[in-house]
Order: sequence, then structure tokens, then C-alpha cells
Amino acid sequence: MSLSIEEVEHIANLARLELTDAEKRRYRVQLSAILEHVAQLQKLDTAFIQPMSGVFSLENPLRPDEAHPGLTTETLLSSATEKERAQFKIPPVFE
Amino acid sequence: MNLCNFSIHEAQALLQKGEISSRQLTLETLERIDALDSSLHAFLYVAVESALSQADEADRKRKTMDAEKSPLLGIPLAVKDVLTVAGMPCTCGSKILEGYLPPYTATVVRRLQEAGMVIIGKTNTDEFAMGSSTENSAYGVTHNPWDLSRVPGGSSGGSAAAVAARLVPAALGTDTGGSVRQPASFCGVTGIKPTYGRVSRYGLIAYGSSLDACGAFGRSAADVAQIFSAMAGCDPLDATSQNIPVPEIFLETSFDLHGVRIGVPKEYFIEGIQPEVEQKVREAIHKLQMLGAEIKEVSLPHTEYALPVYYLIAPAEASANLARYDGIRFGPREAGENLWEVFTRTRGERFGDEVTRRVMLGTYALSAGYYDAYYGQAQKVRTLIKRDFEQVFREVDAIACPVAPTTAFPIGAHGDDPLAMYLEDVFSLPANLAGVPGLAFPVGFDINGLPVGMQMMGRHFDEANLFKIAHAYQQVTDWHKREPELQNR
Repeated sequence: MSLSIEEVEHIANLARLELTDAEKRRYRVQLSAILEHVAQLQKLDTAFIQPMSGVFSLENPLRPDEAHPGLTTETLLSSATEKERAQFKIPPVFE
Repeated sequence: MNLCNFSIHEAQALLQKGEISSRQLTLETLERIDALDSSLHAFLYVAVESALSQADEADRKRKTMDAEKSPLLGIPLAVKDVLTVAGMPCTCGSKILEGYLPPYTATVVRRLQEAGMVIIGKTNTDEFAMGSSTENSAYGVTHNPWDLSRVPGGSSGGSAAAVAARLVPAALGTDTGGSVRQPASFCGVTGIKPTYGRVSRYGLIAYGSSLDACGAFGRSAADVAQIFSAMAGCDPLDATSQNIPVPEIFLETSFDLHGVRIGVPKEYFIEGIQPEVEQKVREAIHKLQMLGAEIKEVSLPHTEYALPVYYLIAPAEASANLARYDGIRFGPREAGENLWEVFTRTRGERFGDEVTRRVMLGTYALSAGYYDAYYGQAQKVRTLIKRDFEQVFREVDAIACPVAPTTAFPIGAHGDDPLAMYLEDVFSLPANLAGVPGLAFPVGFDINGLPVGMQMMGRHFDEANLFKIAHAYQQVTDWHKREPELQNR
């Protein structure tokens, strides 16, 4: 299972990662080797097996709709790189 | 007397009698860290002032608190740097959280603080808990106290090394694919990976949400059991924590294991294991038999698929969990002409190689056209792995096996070969996939004087039984009392 450079670039885009050309080449080789290894799962017949998304089957644990104190705006903004008037300041989403 | 050598029980006895104070114990802890940690690099952050004021608080509380009910009061604790402690930095071993100060404390830490433990600082970890050696930390590797040229294991290498080197009597770690049990084995200490859902993950910076478990290190099963009892239990802030009562774990001085049935899985004793690892583990199993346990060979037929299943599910979950690191709400931000560049440069420059690899692997496995073949298939095989355990636990009460195929390897040994590093995890991954608890403890040393560990895996929520077995073993052996020789700098 060998990935092409274009596939590596596509994945990097999806994952919002800027990679150098050297990195793309290195990861192409390493990821291909790993994918080759994990492909052995295809050998198993799982036609009638349920996928396991979590260790225990959980239902949403609900609680009464009562307000409880939480983290304050000030606390949540404390780690922001840039902020203005109780908001996170970011480059424009749309140009 | 060297206060740092005492177990939690021993230290507590001295504290209660008034022979030492928490301040003295904490001062000696800090002095020892100052003397030894430059050669180990177990700690990323030492909370000097805060530790002393916590110790003073514990000494004050001791006068009014019922001593019997506070076995952890005033005892030092180190915390792996993927668990948040308000006011202390939390890097997750990554440059993308350089300078980040979490505004909240993890539930497990808060519970231990309420029990009176003194938080000494944050320990080194592979970046975002991804790794088996602590070499993936962006802040430098931790050295194994038994041989400084070797790794302490990972990802909780800092915590394991800190306990092994007698810097602290206890430390918190996390285990997603073996990251408590394997470093415990490499460093000759005892470490618990609880059942998934047994301990709250609130404040544990997420890597693989269906796999992550908060665990603990100590120098004996008795000490670890104490920490476990105080940290475990349902938490409304973690929707995956289970509402199952945490039993009080009474460890008796009798070491009679009659009535205990232990399974030895044949798939864990295969070619390629370092011979001394197999030898020491088999000797330990024999010892358990001498104590009265019934030993039988069992089979976990899908063991060989644990590695590919894990290295699809964990990276897939990681790719989703690490999407939040974008330089916007926390952590440093790289400059960019537009939002896209801020995202891609911050992540591209600040994530390390292993994290980048896993995020990419996970992104691919979840992407359109590949989801069913990779992630979907992995989830189905995971069901088969969990079923193997359920089957075996109909015949036995616990499973005994090696933690890792080798003892601690030299720093740099796996260089550029990620897959070779992944193979270190073959015996530890299944427990995380099935969600079962695992307890690792030392069972001997190899020819180079490196510790060999064994793990006991148990039924969901049956940690008490694992502690009982390990405690019995530790009453008739002294591997867990051996100390590495460390030179002061």
C-alpha cells in the first residue's frame, strides 16, 4: 500500500499541516510502511461483527436542566494569543 | 534518615507520629530533585513554592483531621504533563502548548489534592502521550535511572523514572496503549492502568478518547492501591466515567492465593521476546503457583491484530482530538497572511514528527473512501479482541504475561523506524482495546541489570483482585525494593 506524494499533500491539507518537501517525502515512505502493516486486518472476515466504538455501550447520561457555575469568560480568554472585548481575535474567516 | 526512600505507608506512619513533618518531607523531595534530576530529566516543571505551601497546609490540617481517614495527607505526588493542574504549565511534551497555563485542574488531581497530597510538579512525556520511550518529548528525553543511556519507556517515562529514582513516592501517568505499564516495567516500579471509565478523564488532555486511562505509579502494589482508591470513581464532568462503586482495597498480610485462577496466554510467549523477559515472567508465574494460585494456559486468538487495530483507531481519534490545536484559543500562534496559514504553520511547525505521522494516518483512515476499509474494519476487529478477553475470563480470574517484548532499550535505538517502535507495544495494546485493567510490577532483572516487569490483566472493574495478587507476590519477593544507583551531579 504505497501512498503518492499527491495523496500525502491531500492528507496534509485535510489535517491543516504545512509540510516541507523533505517532510512530504519522508512521511510518504513511513506512512506507506505503516499502512502496509495495518492492511493485514483485511484478512479477517468481519461480515457479521458489530463495530466497537467504545468499551461500554453508553447512553447519554442526562442530568436535570439546572444552571451550575462554570468557567468564567475571563478564565477562558486567559490563554488567548490575541483578544479584544471579551472575544478571541483571529484573521478573517472570509476575505 | 533518607525520607525519600519511604513508601507511602511508612511516610504516613512517621507523619502521624509527628516524627517528621510534610514540610520536611517536601523539602527533602525538592532537594533530591535538585540534585538528581539534571541527569534524569524526569520533570518538566517543579512547583517549588506551591509545594511548600501545600505541605504547610497539610501539616496544619493534620492537627484537626482524623489521621486514620487521611492516608495520603502530606505525601508528595508528581503529575504527568498531560493532566492539567490550574496555575502550573501543561505542555503535553509539545511545542504547540508552550507556555500554556490551564485554567482548570483535572478531576483525578483535584481528588488527590483534596486527600491532601502535595503536587510537586509535572513530569516528562512523549508528545501528546504518543510514544513508547519519552523520546518524542519536544523538551528532551528522560533517562532511565537504572542506566542513563537507556529510555525509561513511554509515554509516562518521566513519572516512572521519578518514582524509580526515589524522587517522589507516587506519580500519575496515563495509559492509552501501554504508557503506564511499559515504563513501569522498564523502570522497575508498579503501575496501574485502570479499567476504561474507572477514572475520570476530565483534565486529561485527550489523545484516544476510547482508549485513554489515567493511572498511577508507586514502588509497591500497596502504595498504588492507595492512590487508585482515592482517584477512581464516577465523575459528572466525564460522560464516559462509569457509575460503579470503587471498593476499599484491603491488602492483607497473608499471601495465600488459593482460589485464584490465573491464565497464561500462549500468544504472549512467542519468538522474538528477549529470553530473560520470558524467563523472569515464567518464574514469577511459578511463584504465584507456589502461593496457591491455579495456573492454566489460555488463548487470546486475536492478539496479533491488536497492533494494526490500535494503529488505526488511536491515530483516527487523535486526528480529531488534536484538531483543536490551531493557535487560536490557547498556545502560541505562528504568523500567517490569512487564517489558513495560521492553522497550517502553527501545526506544521509545532507538532513533532510522531504526532504529525499519527494525525496524518488518522486523517487518512477516516477520509472519504477509506473509512470502511480502515477505521470501520478496525472497530470490528476490536470487538473480536474484546470478546477474546470475555471468553478467557469465564475460565480464569486474571491473566499473567509480559508487559513488553524487551527490557529498556538504548536512547536512539529505534531511530527512524516508527514501525519498529510500535512493535514494543504488542503486549500492552490489547488491554486498552478491550478496556480491561492491567497492573505491571517488577519480577526480576536482566543480565544488564535492567528491570523486567510482568502484567496482570483482569475483568472490567476488578482492579482489587490485581492488587491482591501483586501484593501477595511482593510479600515474598523483593524486586520492588531494589534501588538504582544514582550519582549526585
